[in-house]
Amino acid sequence: MLEIHDLHARLTDGREILRGIDLSVNAGEVHAIMGPNGSGKSTLAAVLAGRDGYEVNQGTVTYLGRDLLAMPADERAREGLFLAFQYPVEIPGVNNMYFLRTAINAQRRHRGEPELDAGQFLRIVRAKLKLLDIGEDLLQRAVNVGFSGGEKKRNEVFQMAMLEPRLAILDETDSGLDIDALKMVARGVNQQRAPDRAIVMITHYQRLLEYVEPDRVHVLQGGRIVQSGDKSLAMELERRGYGPVEDAA
Amino acid sequence: MTASTETLDRVRSLSQEGYKYGFVTDIEAETAPPGLNEEIVRFISAKKEEPEWLLEWRLAAFRAWREMTQPDWAKLNLAPIDYQAATYYSAPKQNAGPKSLDEVDPELLRTYEKLGIPLREREALAGVAVDAVFDSISVATTFKEELSKLGIIFCSMGEAVREHPDLVRKYLGTVVPQNDNFFAALNSAVFSDGSFAYIPTGVRCPMELSTYFRINAAKTGQFERTLLIADKGSYVSYLEGCTAPQRDENQLHAAVVELIAHEDAQIKYSTVQNWYPGDAEGRGGIYNFVTKRGACRGARSKISWTQVETGSAITWKYPSCVLEGDHSVGEFYSVAITNNRQQADTGTKMIHIGKGTRSTILSKGISAGRGQNTYRGLVRVQPRAQNARNHTQCDSLLIGDRCGAHTVPYIEVRNPSARVEHEATTSKISEDQLFYCQQRGLNAEDAVSLIVNGFCKEVLKELPMEFAVEAQKLLAVSLEGSVG
Ligand SMILES: Nc1ncnc2c1ncn2[C@@H]1O[C@H](COP(=O)(O)OP(=O)(O)OP(=O)(O)O)[C@@H](O)[C@H]1O
Ligand SMILES: [Mg+2]
Repeated sequence: MLEIHDLHARLTDGREILRGIDLSVNAGEVHAIMGPNGSGKSTLAAVLAGRDGYEVNQGTVTYLGRDLLAMPADERAREGLFLAFQYPVEIPGVNNMYFLRTAINAQRRHRGEPELDAGQFLRIVRAKLKLLDIGEDLLQRAVNVGFSGGEKKRNEVFQMAMLEPRLAILDETDSGLDIDALKMVARGVNQQRAPDRAIVMITHYQRLLEYVEPDRVHVLQGGRIVQSGDKSLAMELERRGYGPVEDAA
Repeated sequence: MTASTETLDRVRSLSQEGYKYGFVTDIEAETAPPGLNEEIVRFISAKKEEPEWLLEWRLAAFRAWREMTQPDWAKLNLAPIDYQAATYYSAPKQNAGPKSLDEVDPELLRTYEKLGIPLREREALAGVAVDAVFDSISVATTFKEELSKLGIIFCSMGEAVREHPDLVRKYLGTVVPQNDNFFAALNSAVFSDGSFAYIPTGVRCPMELSTYFRINAAKTGQFERTLLIADKGSYVSYLEGCTAPQRDENQLHAAVVELIAHEDAQIKYSTVQNWYPGDAEGRGGIYNFVTKRGACRGARSKISWTQVETGSAITWKYPSCVLEGDHSVGEFYSVAITNNRQQADTGTKMIHIGKGTRSTILSKGISAGRGQNTYRGLVRVQPRAQNARNHTQCDSLLIGDRCGAHTVPYIEVRNPSARVEHEATTSKISEDQLFYCQQRGLNAEDAVSLIVNGFCKEVLKELPMEFAVEAQKLLAVSLEGSVG
């Protein structure tokens, strides 16, 4: 599904943040990416999602057989790539439900499917809320405006559940959550798990991985993936920290 | 113009009944020679068969205008206007305009489509000579019957002068005097036509009054004159304008609107202004110099202005409230967009005269392209206005870095018990917001329009429901080409 080969990316000031990433994610898999602060995890997510401000100066990314880097950000999204933001953005005055319906219908149009009217949309919303055990309270508010940190994350998971992406990248969606919210995130991810989907979770904590069992765990450090393994690697990291991993690399 | 889908359905169903009232006699196509002098003013008045007092009124305006100069305090950059080169009277031409939609500028048609304007109506808007005029005559007549049962008068200014001269004479020019300002004086001298409405004591007008239902409304855009009177305890909501782009062969527009609210009366006046803004370089757009003012004459009366200004090359407009009655209330809600080379200098004046008067100002300015957008507002509290209150919020949103937003508040407080608050913000559409929307699948244009609509929401919600939906689409169309 996703093939990243020798990916280098730098900022406009020339500083190289990604320094040769290799990563292969197959349909049906869940991967976890861990690593110290500032190691380039969010940068990797941003480059994959097509955010401006980064220059890919080397390497390739293939997504569903296509050259991902050649596609504009909105097209990547419509092709099923979803990013749960580490810091979700506030859009004052725009109703959360309206925003989501606009997004879903943009994606449906792209796939040649009929748009959802307000009634159909609401039925799906209700079903997903129930599945995730999320309250309706956030829906009538403006997108992320005045949401608590946890509410923002919850909203990201809800959007993911509604959009049903092919490839979901979750950037620290588990950070700053209480245990109930963490379980909700885990439910969201587990519910998305399907043979034709893949999920990449960026996380600092082994805790999430107790609820969502990853197929692979990677350590990103200094702009490279320095170690990969199964879920036992996450437990090892929790015990030892990142330092020794760097030595091993 | 496309005020509500409900009323439009009515238009359609009525037009199918056929036309039963006969048509007004052909007005001979006649145009005054260019230039402005007493002769021309007399000619206009004679053409309209006006009474002597109105001719004198026009002449007084003309004489005042002759002594005035065009104001230059607004932050507008415009070439000198040759007032002697313009034509001030031209009878409606029956056969002018395209014969069918095939002859209409495809760009215009594309916009109509985007705004979701029904086919039938597109013809009327594009000026195709169809039965649209007939529709509006029959509808207007039907509605007028309904309204007249309640004692409501709603007609063209010309008709009001003929049928209700006492009312017109009593109120005309009492809010905006002939010599109020250069453009108001010009309008008073040569005004073509406009709307008149009178709501009697205690009556709540059961429908939104709209120029759409007034005969020949489409051709009176240049020097329109509107007079609205809400008698004691009455209520009226009035819609002016049209979301569809309006073209006019006359570049210079100078309208005057006067509102009068007596004791406990309420007037809600909503405008969508979408005159032709000119091309991307600003060539050919309308110059729109408007004087709008409402007098809250009676205690506890209320006047509320809501405007969505997206059109015109130049907008010069300050809908104002004179709060004479004790505890009267003035409101001003505004969205102004300038894209490409458009310039807008707009805002309001709130004049607090009576005790306990309150005013609210909420202005949202959006600048894109090379557009320049200025909020200019005056809040004045007179010595007698004990406990007057004003709250002003001015927000500017910039799209791109070649446009400009400016806020010019004037605050004059002559009563120490007054409380006047002014808040202003300027922001840019952030890369983060755009990317967030795009990451969910929206293209750049839809993302901008979503963010802008969110920014304007508090103003749009003041518009009558159906109008608000159209205004939302209009914002998107007005900002086309501003990103990407
Ligand atoms: N747009 C940007 N402008 C300036 N610096 C940037 C930008 N994006 C990333 N960086 C820098 O690149 C480095 C990697 O940042 P990144 O956000 O990818 O780290 P991270 O691994 O996600 O860290 P954390 O665990 O703290 O979220 C940091 O030094 C960061 O300051
Ligand atoms: Mg990060």
